[in-house]
Amino acid sequence: MDDILKLKGIDKIYGDKVKTQVLFNVDLNFEKSSFNSIIGASGSGKSTLMNIMGTLDKPTNGDVIIGGTNTISLNRDEMAELRNETIGFIFQFHYLLPEFSVLENVLMPYRIKHGRVDKETMERAKYLIDMVELTKVKNNLSTDISGGQQQRAAIARALINNPDIILADEPTGNLDSETTDTVYKLLREINDEFKSTFIVITHDKKVAEKGDRIIEITDGKISTDIRKYVR
Amino acid sequence: MKLSWEIALRFLKSSRAQTILIITIGVSVQIFIGSLIDGLQVSLVDKTIGNSSQITIVSADNKNYFENDDELLNKLYKDEELTAVSKNLDSSAFLTLDDETYPILVRGMEFEDANKIYNFDEKLTEGSIPSSNKEVMLGKDLVEDLGLNIGDKLELTTPAGSLEEVKLTGVYDLKVKAINESWVISTLTTSEEIFDKKGEISSIETQVKDVFKADETATRLEEGLSSDLVTVNWKEQNEELLSGLTAQSASSYLIQVFVLLAVLLGITSVLAISVVQKSRQIGILKAMGIKNKDASLIFLFQGLVLGIIGSILGACLGIGLNLVFSNFVTNPDGTSLVPFFLNYTFVGISILIAIIASTLSALIPAVKSSKLDPIEVIKNG
Repeated sequence: MDDILKLKGIDKIYGDKVKTQVLFNVDLNFEKSSFNSIIGASGSGKSTLMNIMGTLDKPTNGDVIIGGTNTISLNRDEMAELRNETIGFIFQFHYLLPEFSVLENVLMPYRIKHGRVDKETMERAKYLIDMVELTKVKNNLSTDISGGQQQRAAIARALINNPDIILADEPTGNLDSETTDTVYKLLREINDEFKSTFIVITHDKKVAEKGDRIIEITDGKISTDIRKYVR
Repeated sequence: MKLSWEIALRFLKSSRAQTILIITIGVSVQIFIGSLIDGLQVSLVDKTIGNSSQITIVSADNKNYFENDDELLNKLYKDEELTAVSKNLDSSAFLTLDDETYPILVRGMEFEDANKIYNFDEKLTEGSIPSSNKEVMLGKDLVEDLGLNIGDKLELTTPAGSLEEVKLTGVYDLKVKAINESWVISTLTTSEEIFDKKGEISSIETQVKDVFKADETATRLEEGLSSDLVTVNWKEQNEELLSGLTAQSASSYLIQVFVLLAVLLGITSVLAISVVQKSRQIGILKAMGIKNKDASLIFLFQGLVLGIIGSILGACLGIGLNLVFSNFVTNPDGTSLVPFFLNYTFVGISILIAIIASTLSALIPAVKSSKLDPIEVIKNG
């Protein structure tokens, strides 16, 4: 299978005077439509890695190649466009815009790219909202729904542009175990249906085991990389 | 673009009304003070020169009199800049009463024209305006001093030495004691007969549309006059008043500049706070791929909307304040201290400046937002 995301020799060093290296020469490839977990203790560099994969942060050394494009050569606007089209983010905190309703939040990435919402996309948004079971509250302001609902809304938002890659950083970190299960089930369903590549970051082994491939990061290096089965 | 606009509106909806308040108060103060000073100026000008000749055409040499030239008068009547044209035949004389003589100025006018300048219909306190021959009206002060009554016969001694009898038909009050004590106003024909100056006049008095351009208009008029005539305009006769008015205008501009500055600072600071308040939203929008330009536009649009709403509200409030002021702050006789005066151009310009200023002051937060790194927001949760 093709690799949708490639990391080559990624180093990340923070600070100017006191230098702290967080990532050491990380090489990683992610196959299309795969469901990956990245696990590591807090401070292991997993969130930094995710930010670099999502082009939100730049590596000190190394290349990030997304769908064949080397992101190092892109300017900020091109990077923003690439992010908009190919990457869907799900963060630990939902980051919905409190001024907008659930439906409007879900449509936001699409509107950033196209401005106007066509009928087809509206249908897709409604379908996604239905999928994450928020149909009843879709016109509520995003602050007027529960934490679990907000996280599910954020998932629907990450999917609206049908991105190739979905980056999820502790997507269930703020949720109880029952809701966590629901959300993971949902992520797997989406993976099956839309064939998006999932990269889920977590510190929870039980959660990590839900992935097909588990990559463990220790002190900025890949310590283990296990594939449960080849799809 | 449209999205930035919509986000800007949503952000505004959820924000506090303080920015609008700042702009509203700023613009209203500006319009109130500006209109007040304008009104003061207009009323001052109106009170001082509103009932007098603003450009007077007189004889150039010492002759005092010139020919009553219909051609010249018709030309003046047709001049668009002139709102009133009135010819006069004036001559000094003496009023004799109980063996005492009083120096006076007999002014012969055609009331149809003269009323446009002096408005005698309103200034008349007793009796009526002279209509037939040998009728005159006197100023209030002179009538009171001499204890005269309507219908009294008066004796005038002309410079030529002849004695003329005239009848007092009216009393006027032009609110200037010097005039009230000396002007004996009559018809042009009366003046002609008394002084034996048939077909001659001593001056042509006019009023102009734009009093502050009286000097320019006077220069233009003078070019069309024969060489024995010259113009005199109010500006050269009232330099003190003029410099007072100029100083007042300058101070008014100064006040407005400072008000504008305060408004500007207010808007900038509130929008800057808004960037901080909305930095999480801007960060997440950027993570979702909004471009820097669009992120900046959000704040520019906010500035624009705040400017439009704030300045229109401010204009209404300012005009309202002005109305209240002119209606409730009055002289003892009930007339307003400073009459209501509204210069639409001034209001329009004030609104425009406030809108431009608030949009421009949104530039700082706009630039700030374009520099915001989404990673900052996501890291700091």
